[in-house]
This record gives sequence, structure tokens and C-alpha cells, in this order.
Amino acid sequence: MDELDVLNRLKDAGIEVLTCMQCGTCSGSCPSGRYTSLNTRRFVRMVQVNMDMLHCEDLWMCATCYNCQERCPRGIKIVDAILTIRTIAVHEGIMLPEHRKISHLLLKHGHSVPINDSTKQKREKLGLEPLPETVHKYPQALKDVQRLMESCEFDKLVAEK
Amino acid sequence: MTKLSLFLGCIIPNRYPGIEKATKFCLDKLGIDCNDLKGASCCPAPGVFRSFDKTTWIALASRNIALSEELGRDVLTVCNGCYGSLADANHELKKDATLKKSTNAHLEKIGKEFKGTADVRHIVEFLYDELGPENIKEMVVNPLKLRVALHYGCHLVKPSNERNLGSVERPDFFDELIEAIGAESVDYSDKMACCGAGGGVRSGLHGTSLEMVNHKLSRIQEADVDCIVNACPFCHLQFDGGQVEIKDILGIDYSIPVLHYSQLLGLALGFSSQEMGIDLNQIKNNEFIEKLKKLTED
Ligand code: SF4
Ligand code: SF4
Repeated sequence: MDELDVLNRLKDAGIEVLTCMQCGTCSGSCPSGRYTSLNTRRFVRMVQVNMDMLHCEDLWMCATCYNCQERCPRGIKIVDAILTIRTIAVHEGIMLPEHRKISHLLLKHGHSVPINDSTKQKREKLGLEPLPETVHKYPQALKDVQRLMESCEFDKLVAEK
Repeated sequence: MTKLSLFLGCIIPNRYPGIEKATKFCLDKLGIDCNDLKGASCCPAPGVFRSFDKTTWIALASRNIALSEELGRDVLTVCNGCYGSLADANHELKKDATLKKSTNAHLEKIGKEFKGTADVRHIVEFLYDELGPENIKEMVVNPLKLRVALHYGCHLVKPSNERNLGSVERPDFFDELIEAIGAESVDYSDKMACCGAGGGVRSGLHGTSLEMVNHKLSRIQEADVDCIVNACPFCHLQFDGGQVEIKDILGIDYSIPVLHYSQLLGLALGFSSQEMGIDLNQIKNNEFIEKLKKLTED
């Protein structure tokens, strides 16, 4: 099977888009589509006819609010489809620069939003310890998390290409 | 009652520690047995990491859950994103033996194992289910006569087949918890709309994400409320930090105070706004702080 064949990959993940009747309930419910080029109905159509979705900017405009998936009269798992296509894209080295950045934060700190000095001060002001009871405070736990990410080859996946 | 371990995630301890403190105070006051979940990491965030690589996402999530299993406790999340990530991962691992096996092969390298013995809870559904609005009402010492714009946040109730919390179009369990502390949950248009932070949109396409939260804020402003209440620090950041960014970029000044439910509940249970870290938000609104002072001193 062609790894990049989106329709087949979706089918493997238990997602069928071919039953879409282009009713537009999804796009009519989409908060992102009000402000972006994302048109969920058209997106599903493009997936149906197997267009190149990996380079499609709309892929990253979905806020995963699940409105479309909840309301689709055909029960199409639209958000699951979008997330699956994102996975294929990322494995092809296609991702937004900001997303690569937060992936590196996760690799380094075990947190995608790590602590900073101003929050440490806020914590002390509240009578909390400056570092929370997370990987931030336990270096061995951080090492475990990093080891786990290496084991999954996440470091290689998000490395600058 | 169920024993819990508190999963902090990233944004609460590292940006809004007031929510961490408020949560601990409330659990203590309500007599809920909850320990720290020491050494936990990012959940990891569902909108980004889950869509980048499922193997990594589920491995890190399973480690966090395994830490709680070792304590013999269920995981308590205080964030819709952490809840979505950990509850979904837990569910998938429990039902798929092959996935559990391949995930445990990674965990083995750090001496951990996912067994499938813990549940993942969200503080709002936990309080509703295990205590209920009536019991909470009885524990309130400062009824807070406030007009509240409640924001459920998408991932508290959706996807509904995973959550099973009733209607996703017009849910009301959270509103009941707001009313339980003496406040009014005001109806406003697009109440169930997304804040625009999720799915990696806030981090990846900041401008788009601000347009979405600006729309929601304009609706909330029309409803003339005292504050916004949420159940998720990422929505909290989007509403609080987003207002500052909107003021800078679009010149619109909303100045609507933003509270996590733990903070609102803490005030009603007798703690001060300073203790709950409400003055540590980016949005400063002295009028609101004064109002809280009056409500909590009387
Ligand atoms: S709501 Fe469902 S059936 Fe209707 S256009 Fe969207 S995907 Fe197709
Ligand atoms: S989940 Fe994504 S595509 Fe669907 S309605 Fe929400 S923002 Fe639009």
C-alpha cells in the first residue's frame, strides 16, 4: 500500500469519507471557517477525490472543536480524518515552524509550556514552591520522559529537516 | 469516595499557578482525598502532539496514567486538553490489547507499565457526579451574586461518544455548578462556540486564533457579565492573554475578568481573591476585585 495514499490510510484508521453527501452542515458549523480559507465540506470533497492534502494549508486551521463531527448527518469522523492527515504530513516532514518549536520544548523540558521566572515569582507569592511537582522538579522523571520520546523516535521526527 | 491524584499539566503550574492553588484549596475544603502526581509531564497536548505522532502521544500519556496507577488512584485533570488526552489514551489502551502491548514495550525501557486500573476524571464532571450541586451549595460560605459567562470548552463534552456527558449542543451540568455557588449563568449567543485556541491554532496560526476569541469576547460583552468562567487553563490563557493581544493589535479593550471554576468555587468556599490568584491574571480589573472583596467580606 502507498503510505501516502490518504484514502487508504483513513480506511485503515476506520474513517470513511466516501459517504459524504456534501450537505455543508460541517462547514456551516465551523468557527474557524468564519475567518480562514478552511471550508470543511470542500475539504472532505478534496479528500474523497484523493487530492494532495498534505500540502494543503487548511489542514492546520482546524481548532478541533468537533462541531462538524458531532453534527455530520452521515456520521463521518471529520476531525479524526484531519488529525490522521496531519500525522501523515508530519511524517513527511511537513509541519508549521511554531509546531516544530513546541515539539522541541517538549523534548527538552517534558512540558510544552515550561516554567519561566515570572511564573516562579507568582508561585512564591501564592505560597507555592517555585517549581511544581512535575518533571520540572524531578530530574530523573524528566530523563524517563526523554528516554520514552527517543524510544518512539519523536526526536528524529521533529528534527529540522 | 474515589481517591485521586492531581495531574497539573503545563499551563496551570507554569502560567496560572493561582488555578493550582485554588484547586488544592477546594479539594481540601471539600474533603476529597487527592495527592500530587509527582514527576508527571505534559499530557501530551492533544491538538498538536496527538496529531504529529500517535505512538509518542500515547506513550507519554500512558506514563502519566501509570504513575497514578502506582498510587492506586484515579487521575484528576483540571484542564479540558489534559482530560481529552489522558481519557482518550486511557480508553484506547484499555480496549486495544495490541496497542497496550506495543505501548508497554516503550514503557518497559523506563521500568513502567500501563495496567489499565485507573480512571481519568475532569474536576467539573467529578464534582458534579460525586458531590453534586446540592452538596456544594451547602458548603458555600460566600454566595457570589455574579453574572457569569460560562465557557464549557469543546473538549469537556466532545467528542460525545468518548465523554458521555449528555447534550453537546446545550449541556447544563456545568451551569448547575455555577448556580450552586449563588451566581447566575447568563445565556449568551454562541455560548458553546470554541475559543479558538485548540488544534494547534493558537500556537501555529496566532492571528486566526485571535479572530475566533475576539468573536466570542464580543458576544460575551453584549451579555453584560461580571466575568468569564472556564474549566480549562488553555481556554483561560486564550481569554485572558487573548484580551491583551486584541487590545494591542485591534485596539479593542474588553477588560473582562477570567476565572477557572476552581477559583470561583474557592471564593465561594471562603478564600480571598488574592489567595485564589485572581490578581495574577494578565487582565487587571480593579472594579471586579473590589466587588469580590465586598461579596466575600459581608
Ligand atoms: S456534514 Fe458530513 S455529509 Fe455533510 S458535507 Fe460535511 S462531511 Fe459531508
Ligand atoms: S473541528 Fe475543525 S473543521 Fe470541524 S468545525 Fe471545528 S474547527 Fe471546523
